[in-house]
Amino acid sequence: MLMSEISKNTLLSMYKTMIKIRTYEETLGKIYYEGKTPVFDIAAGPIPGELHLSSGQESSAVGICVHLKPEDAVIGTHRAHHFAIAKGVDLNKMTCEIFGKATGLSRGKGGHMHLFDANVNFSCSGIVGASFPQAIGAGIASKMQGKDYVAVAVGGDGAANQGTFHESLNLAALWRLPVIFVIEDNKWAISVAKDKSTAISKNSERAKAYGIPGVSVDGEDVIAVYEVAKEAVERARRGEGPSLIEVKVSRLRGHFEGDPQLYRPKKDFELAKAKDPIPKFEKKLLEKEFINEEEMAKVKQDIEKEIQGVIEIARSSPYPEPEEALENVFAGGD
Amino acid sequence: MARKLPMYKAISEAIEQEMSRDKSIFVMGEDVGKYGGIFGATTGLLDKFGSERVKDTPISESAFIGAALGAASKRMRPIVELMFVDFFGVAMDQIYNHIAKAHYMSNGQVKMPVVIMTAMGGGYSDAAQHSQCLYGLFAHVPGLKVVIPSNSYDAKGLMISAIRDDNPVMYFFHKGLMGLGWITPLEDAIKEVPEEEYTVPIGKANVAREGSDITIVAVAKMVHEALWAANELEKENINPEVIDLRSLVPLDKETILKSVKKTGRLLVVDEDYRSYGLSSEILATISEEIGNNLKSLPRRLAYPDIPVPYSRALEKHVLPDKEKIIKIVKEMLE
Repeated sequence: MLMSEISKNTLLSMYKTMIKIRTYEETLGKIYYEGKTPVFDIAAGPIPGELHLSSGQESSAVGICVHLKPEDAVIGTHRAHHFAIAKGVDLNKMTCEIFGKATGLSRGKGGHMHLFDANVNFSCSGIVGASFPQAIGAGIASKMQGKDYVAVAVGGDGAANQGTFHESLNLAALWRLPVIFVIEDNKWAISVAKDKSTAISKNSERAKAYGIPGVSVDGEDVIAVYEVAKEAVERARRGEGPSLIEVKVSRLRGHFEGDPQLYRPKKDFELAKAKDPIPKFEKKLLEKEFINEEEMAKVKQDIEKEIQGVIEIARSSPYPEPEEALENVFAGGD
Repeated sequence: MARKLPMYKAISEAIEQEMSRDKSIFVMGEDVGKYGGIFGATTGLLDKFGSERVKDTPISESAFIGAALGAASKRMRPIVELMFVDFFGVAMDQIYNHIAKAHYMSNGQVKMPVVIMTAMGGGYSDAAQHSQCLYGLFAHVPGLKVVIPSNSYDAKGLMISAIRDDNPVMYFFHKGLMGLGWITPLEDAIKEVPEEEYTVPIGKANVAREGSDITIVAVAKMVHEALWAANELEKENINPEVIDLRSLVPLDKETILKSVKKTGRLLVVDEDYRSYGLSSEILATISEEIGNNLKSLPRRLAYPDIPVPYSRALEKHVLPDKEKIIKIVKEMLE
């Protein structure tokens, strides 16, 4: 697909979302270390616990979610902020949740790995490979209800080796479900390189085993992701069944914050930086004169301001009442 | 109008009536279609509702149990069967990390009206991987309701309650109580069952036999063993009260307490493993409340902490039964 076939408004909106994700992640990446220096204590600071940031993986979320409607389901991974933002999760509530505040999506019961926003049908999970079966269920519901909404299940390259992935591909293919399986290949399952865990170089080839389309796309180019996702989403909406998309992305930070990444060769990190999808997209937009340098700076400035506002709200919001911990195990009272 | 029905027919009738009432209910599992469930719990459903609402699945338990979550989050009410409770190891993540926690982690944004039904229990030489009860495992995890009928009347009413509940319900049926042609039927489990729909409330125990000397608490087949023991003991002027819990979660503590306050003695009979399970839970719960006021030390008769042996002679030796109950009751009354 030529870039000229996508409207200027859509492209600029995609660009803004990518900048928003990057700014958000890098901001959280700084705040995370507050209270954790000089001695790193995972339980300390305004953002306690593990934090998995998605810097470098923006194109995958943005290129896919631009085709989605609020009723479409997205089930993300432990590293899911980019998909949450691209899917339209309420950013104030999401940030408050990550800060453990009463104003959060789940009033502090979920946290960064367990973000739920039922308004836009977004959820994610801290368990590798858990998303795939759940997307099957949303696909079943879509079909049985006679609707055309679709479900997107996201996993990393590590998740492609889970049984759930293969069970779900088979089942989605068998029942022709409106599901898009997304493998974000950032080359690392924590510290284990992809070529040390899988004998094939492209997970998209695994689609062949289940008789469904499988495409591998370079996430350095958000337009390329847009293109393959468009086809997969439209195909699913038409009732023609599932697709598998592998997006090759760059993990610009550690697996989690505080990860010393001693396992990672320096040149791999340099390569990841070289394949950052944002500069490439900016170059294209400038070439097309959809935006100029000045406007670009303004976009970044505005988003920086917006994120600072969101952070301010999260910082100043109250924590939940401790007793709330005992509530809401069951629907209709405990 | 009531007529006598075996438990498997009572369960399938409950599902059939509920499916006729509510289009969002559907059934998934292995051999639930033409076969009607290995234990008959889905008898006749395929013919009546077709393969869209009664889905035979591949042997992909993580996929179809996870799919139940995805469908429930899209306002469907799935019923899934996983043939034997012994088989849950392969799908546990979707149950204890996802289905059980989604309501809490989303702070009530996501409801989980899922029924997971499965067969349990031994006594017919099916050995270590097809004879377990394991209800204690599921009752241990917060967020799952657990029900276990001992007869066909309760089976129908509990199934209807389970389907209508907005929470995940683990529905256990004991193979020896189902009234199947190929396991000696237990006549006492075949009760009069009204043709119309009715509910048996989840979380309400049944005083199966009123008595004054000792309270025997049990579920499923052990309720019948306890009742048979009580009939024999009566001949020796010992009058036990027998409580059929029907639900492990929520637990009807009040009914047990009321009974033990009256009798002063407590025996728990449990076909599940002895350690860290139902029997210890009931003993601890009651001891915490009225441990000082008991006429004798509370006792339990549970399955010992061994895998279920194959040989008839070995299994009979370790399964709790009428004779063993009589012996312990007499010791407690000495």
